[in-house]
Amino acid sequence: MDTKKFLKELCTNYSVSGHELSIKETITKSFEKYADEINTDRLGNIVIFKKGKNNDSNIKIMVAAHMDEVGLMVKSIEKNGYIKFTNIGGIDPKTILGQEVIVHGKKPLFGVVVSKPPHLQEASESNKALKLDDLYIDLGYDSEKLKNYISIGDIITINREFRELKNGKLTCKSLDNKAGIATMYEAIKELMKLDHKADLYFVCTVQEEVGLRGAHTSTYGINPDIGIAIDVGFGSTPELPKHKTIELGKGPGIAIGGTIHPKLREKMVKIAEKYNIPFQYDISPSSTGTDADAIQLTREGIPTLCLSIPLRYMHTSVEVVDIKDIENTAKLLAFFVASITEENLEGLLCY
Amino acid sequence: MLLKRLTEASGISGNEWEVRNLIINEIKDHVDDLKIDKLGNVIAFKKGKEIPKKLMITAHMDEVGLMIIDVDDKGYIKFTTVGGIDKRILVSKPVLVGDKKIPGVIGSKPIHLQMKEERDKAIEVDNLYIDIGVDSKEEALKYVKIGDYITFDSRYIEFGDNLIKAKALDNRVGCSLLIELIKEVEDISFYGVFTVMEEVGLKGAGPAAYSVDPDICIVLEGTLCYDVPEIDSHFIPTRLNDGPAISLIDKTTLFNKALREKIVEIAKLNDIPYQYRKSSMGGNDSGKIHTTKEGAITATISVPCRNIHSPTSVMSRKDYENTLKLLKAILCEYKKGEFTSGI
Repeated sequence: MDTKKFLKELCTNYSVSGHELSIKETITKSFEKYADEINTDRLGNIVIFKKGKNNDSNIKIMVAAHMDEVGLMVKSIEKNGYIKFTNIGGIDPKTILGQEVIVHGKKPLFGVVVSKPPHLQEASESNKALKLDDLYIDLGYDSEKLKNYISIGDIITINREFRELKNGKLTCKSLDNKAGIATMYEAIKELMKLDHKADLYFVCTVQEEVGLRGAHTSTYGINPDIGIAIDVGFGSTPELPKHKTIELGKGPGIAIGGTIHPKLREKMVKIAEKYNIPFQYDISPSSTGTDADAIQLTREGIPTLCLSIPLRYMHTSVEVVDIKDIENTAKLLAFFVASITEENLEGLLCY
Repeated sequence: MLLKRLTEASGISGNEWEVRNLIINEIKDHVDDLKIDKLGNVIAFKKGKEIPKKLMITAHMDEVGLMIIDVDDKGYIKFTTVGGIDKRILVSKPVLVGDKKIPGVIGSKPIHLQMKEERDKAIEVDNLYIDIGVDSKEEALKYVKIGDYITFDSRYIEFGDNLIKAKALDNRVGCSLLIELIKEVEDISFYGVFTVMEEVGLKGAGPAAYSVDPDICIVLEGTLCYDVPEIDSHFIPTRLNDGPAISLIDKTTLFNKALREKIVEIAKLNDIPYQYRKSSMGGNDSGKIHTTKEGAITATISVPCRNIHSPTSVMSRKDYENTLKLLKAILCEYKKGEFTSGI
């Protein structure tokens, strides 16, 4: 499948943390052509295995991208068919008013997010950010009927079309981190053309947005020699200081900081330079805020890297990425893993 | 479907051409006279039985929206609002820019990077911008220009128990009702007027009323409807599914009591549910119409719409049907000549 089409399918389906199952089929069906084996672990992480060539010393590289997205959950059913809700993962309540949503109950129900009427708000209130507690979802049924369709605990997502903007930019909800899954997909296709020694484990992790949980268990299970997290990074926009962001269209951000193995990172940079792949540095002195943090601290410690796809308006429902960045991140990832051999690995890992 | 086409068309105040063309196409074969006046109002006349009092029925065509005021060096679009929009509704929404409807988004700073005070404050329109994906001002200006109008990117969707979600229900719902009346009601003389620029100060209605000079005018609207839990009933302007809302008072008109009572009487006689619009907030074209020339007697009949002036307005199809029924019953009485006696 075309990577953009795959990404669209991932984004317009839902996989709120802890409820990633509904995109499992899309993922396994797309990857199975390129994989030697696909397994799902106890937490729901999907592990896509691609065997290396003559891998006598059993080198293992794990590439992880989380497949969960932030979302909302039904908290109570009120009068007149309105419901109250809470968030799963980091959501800015300011981005929720006026949204179209789907409540994933016994059947998917369309609804809209409303607030207390403006004419009953104090003038000063209009300058305050709304809190989730100030908001309701209107599903258009009376409460009794509604109880046949939905229950407390049902998952809610924003109803958002996938759209192409100018210059290869794409917008939708949950590009964080469906863009990462699409990058792994693009990379595995690229790797069909390359020889690689290492056994590769592409892991679609669960529950990153609520505490990197899937990365902990999947890394433990695989126990790789190298772990690489693929996630999104803060894309530059007018209100953000330049030094805290990476730019869209300028290639993957290669993370630098305590989480990242310095020699492996240098190798990654050399690969980018060798193959003329644009890249930028993504500075994360302590933690990266991605699965890389969990991977690094698994078992006796795992040498870890992190590649960031620049993304604007993170955790809103109008996230923006550039398809070129996904392609270049995938290319860099593929050339990097193909460059790891038993001859160079030890040298790369020793301090 | 008519209401789908009307709500998905763009027609921000001062830029109503797309809606106007759609309306003219719908009604042109059903009217005896049709003109577009100097401001862009559509004035249609249906000839039928002569009645001593001249009746005009109006609906405004325009909707609230945004307008480009600047494009920055990186190609981000700065905008201002046209008509009353709660700034808090704008964040994290898709939009369509200009007549070519270029897709764009209004994003916001990631929650991860916001300071405490930023988290607690609504974002000012001045700090919002639209991203259409371009990388420079030059590139942006190939697709858009200063002064272009921007609409919400929101489709017509049917959901719940007979409900409709769309943008611009205020007041494409009124336009839809008036189009249906023009198409379906025969042998009654009345003016059907589709006005411009209601949302920016009732601007089109005055000149339209001046040229038609009606005795009686019925204004069709989509109006405030708030029935969320936890509010006292006297704060609720209208309720969904309770039928057409008949206005008592708003910021622009004290509605004529005799005409209002006549309408209620007709509703009762025909077993059509109705409710009063119980808020004094807001205003509509009636404000200009009833004070033009020597004045006119006006009434406003509205379909209740939740979340007006937002991309996700909601109305009930049942209310729409009942409003149409009431309007037809009124025209039927008007034809008999009874309607205007005592007013």
